[in-house]
Amino acid sequence: MSEVIFDGRPLPVQPGQTVAAVLLAAGVRSWRTTRVAGRPRGLFCGIGACFDCLVTVNGTPSVRACLTEVQPGDVIATQDGAGRAV
Amino acid sequence: MRCDVVVIGGGPAGLAAASAAAAHGSVAVVDLAARPGGQFYRLPADAPPTPLAAECAARGVTMLTGRQVFLVEPGFTVHTDGDAVTADAVVIATGAHDRPVPFPGWDLPGVLTAGGAQAMLKGNRVLPGRRIVVAGTGPFLLPVAAGLASAGARVAGVFEANSPAGFVRHPGVVARHPDKLVEAAGYLALLARHRVPVRRRHTVLAAHGTTEVTAVTVAKVDREWRPVKGTERRIVCDTVAVGCGFVPQVDVGTALGCATDLMAGTPVLRVDGRQATTVPGVFAAGEVTGIGGVRLSLVEGTIAGLAASGVDVPARLDRRRAGHRAFAAALADVYPVRNGWLANLTGDTLLCRCEEVDHDTVRAAVTGLGARDARAVKLLTRAGMGWCQGRMCGAAVACAVADLTGGAADPTDLTRRLLAQPVRLGDLANDTLEDR
Repeated sequence: MSEVIFDGRPLPVQPGQTVAAVLLAAGVRSWRTTRVAGRPRGLFCGIGACFDCLVTVNGTPSVRACLTEVQPGDVIATQDGAGRAV
Repeated sequence: MRCDVVVIGGGPAGLAAASAAAAHGSVAVVDLAARPGGQFYRLPADAPPTPLAAECAARGVTMLTGRQVFLVEPGFTVHTDGDAVTADAVVIATGAHDRPVPFPGWDLPGVLTAGGAQAMLKGNRVLPGRRIVVAGTGPFLLPVAAGLASAGARVAGVFEANSPAGFVRHPGVVARHPDKLVEAAGYLALLARHRVPVRRRHTVLAAHGTTEVTAVTVAKVDREWRPVKGTERRIVCDTVAVGCGFVPQVDVGTALGCATDLMAGTPVLRVDGRQATTVPGVFAAGEVTGIGGVRLSLVEGTIAGLAASGVDVPARLDRRRAGHRAFAAALADVYPVRNGWLANLTGDTLLCRCEEVDHDTVRAAVTGLGARDARAVKLLTRAGMGWCQGRMCGAAVACAVADLTGGAADPTDLTRRLLAQPVRLGDLANDTLEDR
């Protein structure tokens, strides 16, 4: 089975699933904290309009989890605030 | 690349426009998603293409998917995060997104839009949670709840803030669209089989939890959506899917100078009988011209595709469009967003999720700093200046400001975006934007 790595742990993926789908299927509900109050955020609009689901993928911060389809082996990381390029 | 007609948005309206225009010239469709279809025809990656997309492919339409349009220049050049597309005519079919209405706790993980919950299921075969409350207003809540229940979620209730009894004001329209009644009855029967309670004139007052939602408080509401004291009830859930209608994505059109009208509290692109906007050569179809559902989007798309190709539009399409628009007008009348939700906010309830601007801050901008409209509040508080550029909060901030000033709610200024999407500097540097 294909996998991605999320914060150091392997998660199973189906071909064509989005990052948000992989995380929700694994029971992960939030993967970002906000810039001002550090509040947890996850999926909200689900169709690319709200930018709440931003996440770091393969070192690129602020990728929309709801639009981005995973590739096996992707390294996904929670993001604090605006995130940092790795 | 260059073509005769470029269509922005590959949902029902955009695909219908592309298919119609492809008989008369070269056509390209630009869409944000990995596959065409929009929200209505959203499919998992391994599913065969929707018939309308297959028809477009057979007619030689170029599908540019996974591309964000950030600006359309007059003339027309469509700028994307890939190569630009130039064309003689543009069809804007950018659709709409859910309209969320703020309530305490609506920023907790586990609260998501009804459309988002459905997209997760339709596009990924993943449930957004296990025990789900569906709430808001509009007929869309029923297929969302039915889909979630069929896929194995425990739907803890559907809470509709309005009442479908309002359809008694529109007997003729209902009689001419029996298919809609049959569809709604099918969803209700399915929900009954899954023992899902469906409550009219009820709303979610608050979502509770610290790191994610663990429960909601629901209550009965009056006609104006004001909670009825003593009817509050706590329901345990891990997910809340909310939606109060939709917000048309007009920004590509407004940046080109297209006029808008306010419809159901949000701006829509103004079009004439040929789906032409107020800017010559720019046409619009589907939800971006007013929320009306898939059948209206398909007719409008076909008309826009023909008109953008300079072809006469058959009168039968006019008549079909008029019928669907009459039904859409009845829906808008039966399922409005009423102002009672404002009474339910706490001072620290966020209105703008991106910039984390709460209701107290918006109130202070009006009562303390003298702001008289939503635009002034935006400039003083940053509400609407974040990542989503007011897409999620625009309508809510406009309502909150109007409530405080006694003026009319108008979010139009909050939906003007010179760039319709965030652009990476590298994409701008590689672009062919003309100096002006």
